[in-house]
Amino acid sequence: MARVVVDVMLKPEILDPQGQAVQRALPRLGFQGISDVRQGKRFELEVDGPVDEAALARIHEMAETFLANTVIEDFVVKVEGAEEPAASVAEAK
Amino acid sequence: MTLDTVKHATETPEAAQPWKELGLKEDEYTRIREILGRRPTGAELAMYSVMWSEHCSYKSSKVHLKQFGEKIPENDAMLVGIGENAGVVDVGQGYAVTFKVESHNHPSYIEPYQGAATGVGGIVRDILAMGARPVAVVDPLRFGAADHPDTKRVLPGVVAGIGGYGNCLGLPNIGGEVVFDSCYQGNPLVNAGCIGVMKHEDIHLAKASGTGNKVILYGARTGGDGIGGVSVLASETFESTGPAKRPAVQVGDPFQEKLLIECTLEIFGEKLVAGIQDLGGAGLSCATSELASAGSGGMRVELDTVPLRDATLSPEEILMSESQERMCAVVEPGKVDRFMEICEKWDVIATVIGEVTEGERLEIFWHGEQIVDVPPRTVAHEGPVYHRPFARPSWQDVLQADDANKLARPANSAELKEQILKLVASPNQASKAWITDQYDRFVQGNTILAQPEDAGMVRVDEESNLGVAMATDGNGRYAKLDPYAGAQLALAESYRNVAASGAKPLAISNCLNFGSPEDPDVMWQFAEATRGLADGCLQLGTPVTGGNVSLYNQTGETAIHPTPVVAVLGVIDDVTRRTPIAFKEEGQLLYLLGDTHEEFGGSAWSQVVHDHLGGLPPKVDLERERLLGEILISASRDGMIDAAHDLSDGGLIQAVVESCLRGGAGARLVVPDGLDAFTFLLSESAGRAVVSVPRSEELRFTDMCGARGLPATRIGVVDGGAVEVQGEFALSLDELRAAHAETIPGLFA
Repeated sequence: MARVVVDVMLKPEILDPQGQAVQRALPRLGFQGISDVRQGKRFELEVDGPVDEAALARIHEMAETFLANTVIEDFVVKVEGAEEPAASVAEAK
Repeated sequence: MTLDTVKHATETPEAAQPWKELGLKEDEYTRIREILGRRPTGAELAMYSVMWSEHCSYKSSKVHLKQFGEKIPENDAMLVGIGENAGVVDVGQGYAVTFKVESHNHPSYIEPYQGAATGVGGIVRDILAMGARPVAVVDPLRFGAADHPDTKRVLPGVVAGIGGYGNCLGLPNIGGEVVFDSCYQGNPLVNAGCIGVMKHEDIHLAKASGTGNKVILYGARTGGDGIGGVSVLASETFESTGPAKRPAVQVGDPFQEKLLIECTLEIFGEKLVAGIQDLGGAGLSCATSELASAGSGGMRVELDTVPLRDATLSPEEILMSESQERMCAVVEPGKVDRFMEICEKWDVIATVIGEVTEGERLEIFWHGEQIVDVPPRTVAHEGPVYHRPFARPSWQDVLQADDANKLARPANSAELKEQILKLVASPNQASKAWITDQYDRFVQGNTILAQPEDAGMVRVDEESNLGVAMATDGNGRYAKLDPYAGAQLALAESYRNVAASGAKPLAISNCLNFGSPEDPDVMWQFAEATRGLADGCLQLGTPVTGGNVSLYNQTGETAIHPTPVVAVLGVIDDVTRRTPIAFKEEGQLLYLLGDTHEEFGGSAWSQVVHDHLGGLPPKVDLERERLLGEILISASRDGMIDAAHDLSDGGLIQAVVESCLRGGAGARLVVPDGLDAFTFLLSESAGRAVVSVPRSEELRFTDMCGARGLPATRIGVVDGGAVEVQGEFALSLDELRAAHAETIPGLFA
């Protein structure tokens, strides 16, 4: 069984109140030197069968239509263990 | 990348500019060049384009809206009228109330959750900017067909967004509407209203005066949110690489807004501001130009001092950004330190970005170089004004001739019963509890009435029990049939709802949702609706305190039904005397107030049973509405009635079913002489209400109605566990409750 990871992040220009809250908390807790925090979501998908192009295309569609809200979020699809991201989408119309 | 300074613009008069992509018309661009005597810089072009947009300049609607300022009824309650962030009315005991409704339609279609959430945030800041503490919100909503798949995407997101933002702010959501109609399929209407309370002396206005006073931007950092047309500017004129594609979506942070509210109220409390403005549409462009324009005119801003969330933003983008949770204040130099202390206490970032100057120019600098030099009035208040052509649509007569009174009526009692059950279960008439239960209606502990009551009501003073009530109404189907009458019917219904709760209607706000002003049919609807509303307000004595216009609500060539939403604000001296809708006490007598005619044009029945829209809407009689209102208020104050429910869409039966389900008691009804059961139960004649009268008060109540000339017909009694119409049918409360309550969760849960 292979694992495919989908990382979902708010687009860089979108306000991230959770990330900001974490960033504000860090110095209070004695952690210095962090200038910005952005918080995202990570999905680990256990895939039945081989992770071929068809499977990745399906996962890509899944991410685009369901896992990520592409109006405000970007996502990256990665095969666990693979060096390069399998596919990524940055733009939503 | 070259900075497009004023000097550079003067030297390169022929440089091509993307005015068209920014939505400006050629004559508008020419006019900007005339005003400035040169071509505008990129930053100036950005400011003009966004401030001269329909949304900010009201350029198509202005000529019609001015009636609201001309046809002003005699009313001592008005403290601040149209033109400020929101109108203010006197509610007595030294209190003033400010309220307004705005639209966030387009953003909510693109991104339902954030669109609706930031709609709430925006209207709350408008109210705050007047100097008031926001105390309640309301949300009139309209969606496409309830069973359409896209409605299932939009509605839950919008509802969650309103709930999420409002609940985090700790503001009760006390009213509004939810309406479904396929005309809103590609254009849901997400209107948001807010009520704020203050003492008379605390009213604040949006103006920058006093040379040397500091301009302070405070609240959230500025990011690339909601930069619509300006992304065109950024990519076309300047660099085409980099994160140029800015989304039109803004993301809100209600906890930041809560800090902003408390911080601002403390600043008001210490009288530290000379003028204040919230940042909404058009961001800093709007705030700086409007503050300067309303004041003496001069302002100098160092744009590079604005705290940023994204260091790559260009000056144009900073000027246009619609980042949420920001305010702009004008503060005397001696008070700046204290202002900053309070902001620091609340963990709110505050920065002096400029000052009020002599003269009448708004000057903006970027690292020492001047990028804007404009007369602010030409940006903010003297934008283009269009006299758009309008004409009665060619199809209007055909639509009105298609008489709903001629539709096939139920042939017998069984069919009547079946149609009523279907009506009560239809999405528009069904219980909206699944939606309103997601909103916190009672936080702060001052909510007296909330959905599904006729009006929302909050207590203003805990000692004296002074309270205010608000209802919002609008019926697009009526307005489509006759926009003049439709707007008056929206006013009448909202007025009636407030009066039914026991509060005295004082003033109104509106949110006018229409299609494209470039379509003469739509413009006629707009002209008729505004004329109807202005005439109606004059007659009812309720001035328009302000409002909002949303145009271009259409998909392709098809416009939405003209949808003027009216919010009436009322005052009640003692909230313990409010009138709920619930029928509770067995044996109480039910009286129908007003006259019932055969009026089915635009009715819920014609929609649910025949999928029909045609004919004429119910006749408007505003003198009757006023009389009905007076009776309802007097009866409430003198304890003559225990419950009242206004009659509107769905007619008498809908009101009786709602009141019975609310109170858990049944009703036995008798069809009065001169009416048939169908008309009695389902006609939507205006100017009516049903009330529940204790037997001991019957004589006093009917005497009062008789003396003042309001028809009051005894139609039955509160009794049993069913709604029974004698000689026709009976429907058990269980059966009705199932039909009424299960529809909306069935569609969206």
